[in-house]
Amino acid sequence: MSSVTEQTLDNESHHDHHHAPKGIMRWLLTTNHKDIGTLYLIFAFSMFLVGGAMAMVIRAELFQPGLQLVEPNFFNQMTTVHGLIMVFGAVMPAFTGLANWMIPMMIGAPDMALPRMNNWSFWILPFAFAILLASLFMEGGGPAFGWTFYAPLSTTYSNDSTALFVFAVHIMGISSIMGAINVIVTIVNLRAPGMTWMKLPLFVWTWLITAFLLIAVMPVLAGVVTMVLTDKYFGTSFFDAAGGGDPVLFQHIFWFFGHPEVYIMILPSFGIVSAIIPAFARKPLFGYASMVYATASIAGLSFIVWAHHMFTTGMPLFGELFFMYCTMLIAVPTGVKVFNWVATMWRGAMTFEVPMLFALAFVILFTIGGFSGLMLAITPVDFQYHDTYFVVAHFHYVLVSGAIFSIYAAAYYWLPKWTGYMFDEFLAKAHFWCSLVSVNILFFPMHFLGLAGMPRRIPDYALQFADVNQIVSIGGFAFGLSQLIFLAVVVKAARGGEKAAAKPWEGAEGLEWTVPSPAPYHTFETPPAIK
Amino acid sequence: MSSTSQPNDKANARLVSRLVLVVVGMFGFGFALVPLYDVFCEITGLNGKTNDEAVQVVAIEADLDRQVRVQFMTRNAKGVSWPFESQLSTIKVNPGVMTQVDFVVENTTNKPVVAQAIPSVSPGLGAQYLRKLECFCFNQQPLKPGERKVMPMQFYIAPDMPKEIGTLTLAYTLYDITEHDNNPSAEVAMAK
Amino acid sequence: MDLKNIGLPWLAAVATFPSDAKDMPLNLSQGVTNISEQVYDLHMTIFYICCIIGFIVFGAMFYSIVRHRKSRGVKPANFHESTKVEILWTAIPFLILIGMAIPATKTLIAMENSDDAELTIQVTGSQWKWHYKYFEHDLEFYSVLATPKKQIENKLAKGDNYLLEVDRPLVIPTNTKVRFLMTSDDVIHSWWVPEFAVKKDANPGFINEAWTNVPKAGIYRGQCAELCGKDHGFMPVVVIAKEQADFDAWLAEQVAKQKAKQEEEQRLLAMQLPEQELMELGKRTYDQFCAACHQPNGQGLPGMFPALAGSEMVTKDADGHIDIVLYGKTGTAMAGYGKQLSLKELAAVVTYERNAWGNDTGELIQAADVQARKNAAE
Repeated sequence: MSSVTEQTLDNESHHDHHHAPKGIMRWLLTTNHKDIGTLYLIFAFSMFLVGGAMAMVIRAELFQPGLQLVEPNFFNQMTTVHGLIMVFGAVMPAFTGLANWMIPMMIGAPDMALPRMNNWSFWILPFAFAILLASLFMEGGGPAFGWTFYAPLSTTYSNDSTALFVFAVHIMGISSIMGAINVIVTIVNLRAPGMTWMKLPLFVWTWLITAFLLIAVMPVLAGVVTMVLTDKYFGTSFFDAAGGGDPVLFQHIFWFFGHPEVYIMILPSFGIVSAIIPAFARKPLFGYASMVYATASIAGLSFIVWAHHMFTTGMPLFGELFFMYCTMLIAVPTGVKVFNWVATMWRGAMTFEVPMLFALAFVILFTIGGFSGLMLAITPVDFQYHDTYFVVAHFHYVLVSGAIFSIYAAAYYWLPKWTGYMFDEFLAKAHFWCSLVSVNILFFPMHFLGLAGMPRRIPDYALQFADVNQIVSIGGFAFGLSQLIFLAVVVKAARGGEKAAAKPWEGAEGLEWTVPSPAPYHTFETPPAIK
Repeated sequence: MSSTSQPNDKANARLVSRLVLVVVGMFGFGFALVPLYDVFCEITGLNGKTNDEAVQVVAIEADLDRQVRVQFMTRNAKGVSWPFESQLSTIKVNPGVMTQVDFVVENTTNKPVVAQAIPSVSPGLGAQYLRKLECFCFNQQPLKPGERKVMPMQFYIAPDMPKEIGTLTLAYTLYDITEHDNNPSAEVAMAK
Repeated sequence: MDLKNIGLPWLAAVATFPSDAKDMPLNLSQGVTNISEQVYDLHMTIFYICCIIGFIVFGAMFYSIVRHRKSRGVKPANFHESTKVEILWTAIPFLILIGMAIPATKTLIAMENSDDAELTIQVTGSQWKWHYKYFEHDLEFYSVLATPKKQIENKLAKGDNYLLEVDRPLVIPTNTKVRFLMTSDDVIHSWWVPEFAVKKDANPGFINEAWTNVPKAGIYRGQCAELCGKDHGFMPVVVIAKEQADFDAWLAEQVAKQKAKQEEEQRLLAMQLPEQELMELGKRTYDQFCAACHQPNGQGLPGMFPALAGSEMVTKDADGHIDIVLYGKTGTAMAGYGKQLSLKELAAVVTYERNAWGNDTGELIQAADVQARKNAAE
């Protein structure tokens, strides 16, 4: 493995410099971190639209009580594939795209450390999702067991699309692992001289920690889907009581992956927001060191809290207490982060350009998601919240108005660097305000639905939930439409506009702003001098 | 990059191989969680599984001041038509006193079958205090066509069981593993 | 300080938000049991703590947004560290968390003590219905969604308890500690009644327990809370709590009825039903119990549930057909209906399947044939 990598490295550097292929081949064969970053980002946004379209189907069916548009079985496929696509196809690739584009420029490296592997890790992704989406057209439909694929619903009681699902998840996992290895090697080995650990931008730090989480838990996911496959097709009984297995074991293994996974989807956001808030408050980030330690401790804690997803499976009292206490502890480092962001704003000189607007919305809405998370951690009350819309509200607050808002913040922050043009501020502001209002109409009332007792993952509901569901659906359609504005902004900015300066944001800090806009195809071929 | 890449390539290769080792290790760890979980359950009674091998008979002192209610539940898994019943539904026992309960199963089909009973105790915490010296669930039970089998189960309640547990329910689910049994690839998982 | 009382005006203020929301409470139910009230109090306590923290943090943030903006001509400060402050805002949340953990632990310990229950009920989930068995009594029955299909398909006006009604609710006595033993025949289900604050997973092959003690007679409704396949949204839980005397009377009546029904069935064994009656009853039974998976036209859902029209099993192997209807099929979603349906219904549904949708075997299956399979091979 290692010798192969060395060889490809040498070959690559020659290819790139002299005769880069044109047209489609440029993108297929590219090993340039900026190209690959762009590919990841475009792919993530396309998947975001596909997964979003599925969410629209879900919200349309739930607009009124009764079954109108889809069969329950198809409804379940929509919730399942929506979840899988948003997690593995939208949020994670978007972060990887940002890492590809920005990490080398932030640490003064010429490229990612393993450019050829970088190309592979991107190009296997479209295949994974093609397989997953194709499975929807199989007899009996695609996976319908929720993105958490609890056994035995996903083993004995699923149809043959499960095999495709498992294969697709394997490919996604391999892609993420390769991406994570690349990030770690790049950060560890390719920092410009003088870029010491405690000088790293927080985005780089949070991504480094995320990458370690990825290589620690993606293999566990690979393991558990393999067990699902062998239980279904090869007669093993990992999760089947008849053969000495235990279906609850599935949940333990899955959530051992799953909980760190949710932090994989939020830690890079912390990095982004920690870059943007100081830039627009024109004041250095408050508590840089404590931010790093807080991120690391959140990552560490993520490995010992997994069973808080499983309080109702029947755990002995001491287990419930242990997981409740550990989960509550996460509030401490997360709180430190939020306090530090507010302290950064305090007595700054703020302006409110679009990246800042998204970052501020992130801080507030993510914190609301954090509050509901804290409520969910309390075991006795979790018995009431578990598997209701309260949980749906919680994780959409942290993932949509958390992770996705931070990705938008990042996109607007670095878009001038990528395209060389300033984006249309009016359109971008329209995107922000439409998203902000609709995301709250969409997800805030879900808290009430959950508290009133509406279970999640149901295609039809009792009459008392009708009005609130209607409001939620309207918010959903509005949020979905608002995202098309973003598409317009990006297309417009890519085509032209006001030329962007090397550093278009007055208070921005970091090496990426020392190169011209748009960033040249090759940057930092000779390492920059770090003060 | 080419001029300065030599030392980096070595360092990269070293780091990559380490990270790949971590990945392989964690993949293995995923599978290691299976036996780890079993051990963990055995110690803590996490999933209410009882011992699957006979315990050694040791001299224990009976606690005649305390009575524990033990309920027996029998269930047939899907597709299992054989009547399967406990001869007692509830019994009160003193901790430390050996008790025997008979279970009866009858193969009412005209084919030889193999049955496997899977025990589960609630509350799960009590599982480790319900010690079985003999149980039909330790082994697969082959049944000839029409065979009626009386299967004894011998157990005692460990006297150190926490006082809060006053009722233990022992449930057996009877599975038809006739086909499983003929499938050699399943042997590994079945070995338990 | 009683948080419950401060809560009410605030809730009233929020309740005006979606003004047309009919009957939907906007907060967690207080429930009817002692435990559910404790859970509610805990929920409100933590909610208020979150509100206070949110008020402070967002307050500081908005103050800063309003006052510390460049357009007001402020010069940014340059502080970026303060060990004292950072230690403080690590330590204070930690103390608040301890304050939350104490009542949570107390409630949890109270919830997990299921000892000294006077009544044990075995709750078994299967796709997509609940089965209740009174452990100390000779009574068991299935509890299935009672909402007519036409209401779900929007062909009939929806009733008040749309999707929250069952044919046979679980009945329990009031002021009695009732212990539930949960298990499942197929996938994982979760038995949930919000008013009792009881939600527990039913895991196949394992038993789980929960308990409640309901002080007030009434009807309490809940739903399955764990995704369990296609009709997960259509398996409600309905519990009726009756005063002890009423409960005893109900129990005696049900036990007697169940016994009478069994005797009646045996008495009717010799009866030969005519084809028309078998087919009519068979179709009714099929549409109610089988059509969800095998579809009203017998075509099944390809890849998920097999077709019965033209099926080898259905057109040829009569004994195998009866067995599978009686006991279900291992490793598939097919459940056994031997306990749920009467001999007559079983005979009728098998007859129907063997003669509908072009499966014209011409065979009539009678109750005696089904009984024969029940005592097969003796």
